[in-house]
Amino acid sequence: MLEILQYQFMQTAIIAGLLASIACGIIGVYVVVKRIVSISGGIAHASFGGIGLGYYLGLNPILSVLPFSILTAVVMGLVSRRTKIAEDTAIGILWAVGMALGIMFVGLTPGYAPDLMTYLFGNILTIPRMDLYLMAILDVMIIVFVYLFYKEFVAISFDEEFSEVSDLPVEKLNLLLLCLIALTIVVMIRIVGLILVIALLTIPASISRSFSGNLIGMMKLSIAFGTVFTILGLFLSYLLDVPSGSTIILVMAIGYLLHIPLKKMMTAS
Amino acid sequence: MEEVIDIRNVSVYYGSDSIPALKEVNLKVFRGDFLGIIGPNGGGKSTLLKVLLGLIKPDSGDVRVFGEEPAKARKYIGYVPQKSAYQPDFPVSVREVVLMGRLGKHMLLKNYSQKDLEAVDNALQKVKMLDFKNRQISELSGGQQQRVFIARALVREPEILLLDEPVSGIDEMMQKEFYEILTDLKSKVTIIMVSHDLTAISNYVDKIACLNQTLFFHGSKEIPESDLKQAYCCPVELIAHGIPHRVLKEH
Repeated sequence: MLEILQYQFMQTAIIAGLLASIACGIIGVYVVVKRIVSISGGIAHASFGGIGLGYYLGLNPILSVLPFSILTAVVMGLVSRRTKIAEDTAIGILWAVGMALGIMFVGLTPGYAPDLMTYLFGNILTIPRMDLYLMAILDVMIIVFVYLFYKEFVAISFDEEFSEVSDLPVEKLNLLLLCLIALTIVVMIRIVGLILVIALLTIPASISRSFSGNLIGMMKLSIAFGTVFTILGLFLSYLLDVPSGSTIILVMAIGYLLHIPLKKMMTAS
Repeated sequence: MEEVIDIRNVSVYYGSDSIPALKEVNLKVFRGDFLGIIGPNGGGKSTLLKVLLGLIKPDSGDVRVFGEEPAKARKYIGYVPQKSAYQPDFPVSVREVVLMGRLGKHMLLKNYSQKDLEAVDNALQKVKMLDFKNRQISELSGGQQQRVFIARALVREPEILLLDEPVSGIDEMMQKEFYEILTDLKSKVTIIMVSHDLTAISNYVDKIACLNQTLFFHGSKEIPESDLKQAYCCPVELIAHGIPHRVLKEH
């Protein structure tokens, strides 16, 4: 079984899994404790517009999805805060508009759109080296920003009103956090695809909540959980010859279910 | 007596329907006051606090806190929000929560200093919660959590403490302890406390105002029992304006 590790594509896949677990482990914790899962899902889906744009312009879709997802994050953040539209309504509308734009761009592009399914549902086994570098760069950016604003992000997650009264730039910090979510989504597109991203953002972080009482601890654990699940899913998908993205998600879901009795046993003892 | 808050003819309206949340409210608060603001739910109590914090801009009138606009005077104010304002299961320790009180623009890109940590210990000492410093906030009872939130407000070294319904959902023993902590604090800080619990508030505060869109203020420096009784009467008068009887337990 270990001989598959010698394959170049397998090594790349493992590195990619690790890079994705770092991004989603860190940012997923904020997504879970701040309860912004639906806005994160909205940004992920709407980012499909950026994939479509890449096809239309003849670019690597990963490069066009990066500015597009950041723009989506900022628009969603501003619309849900500054207008009187209810937040979930705004998310729902932008979610669909982003996807519609993506389909429109793909439709306008002459010929067949190769790999479209890859961006929607991921394929960890076919990641180009170039994308791996980009993932690493985005990881570094995420780590740097979270290192710089860790305590402020904790504060706005815990109590936004009090942070406002403490004269923190709450709106700017919120937008920055949404932009970091957008970067995280871009890191994960190749692994599980836009549609399934939300599972990687939420499952490892919410399992880690059961075993840690502070955000740093949760982040470390959730990186570990994410890595284990991703690599386990990768091997299973290879052995069973099934799609890698969905195998990873299903492994995570089983992991989540298994942690519930474990948590109960821990609290009982 | 130094005037710390001056509210003049302040009105706030909800949306475009011109339903007033606050109507021509006038209020002066002086250094060292312990003011209780009572009134029915939906009477505008929280709105008034938010105006003082600069979170809501009044549609008309003028508000000054230490002579400045409220949003610029936040450094003088310690705020204890209503219980429902935070996620109860948030993974954070008592110490971290109180440290959040030290945050602000000046703390961006900086680490907490030794001085910040000492201020946290002092504030927790004042509310008798120092022993719980490393506990999770979610493990504490409602009354203990509320004391931690007072510490978070105190750690800012405020001139004015604003409390929004601080004892709702706290059992009576804890309430008493809670009010005693406030009584200890009142020599150092001006306190404004909002509540719909008339009986509890009357035992501890020095001045009482009644708010039901309009503010009724019977302020005198030391309010005798008879004045308090009169203050209670205030919502009774309002009943005549069509506010239902559930406002008061008796009458």
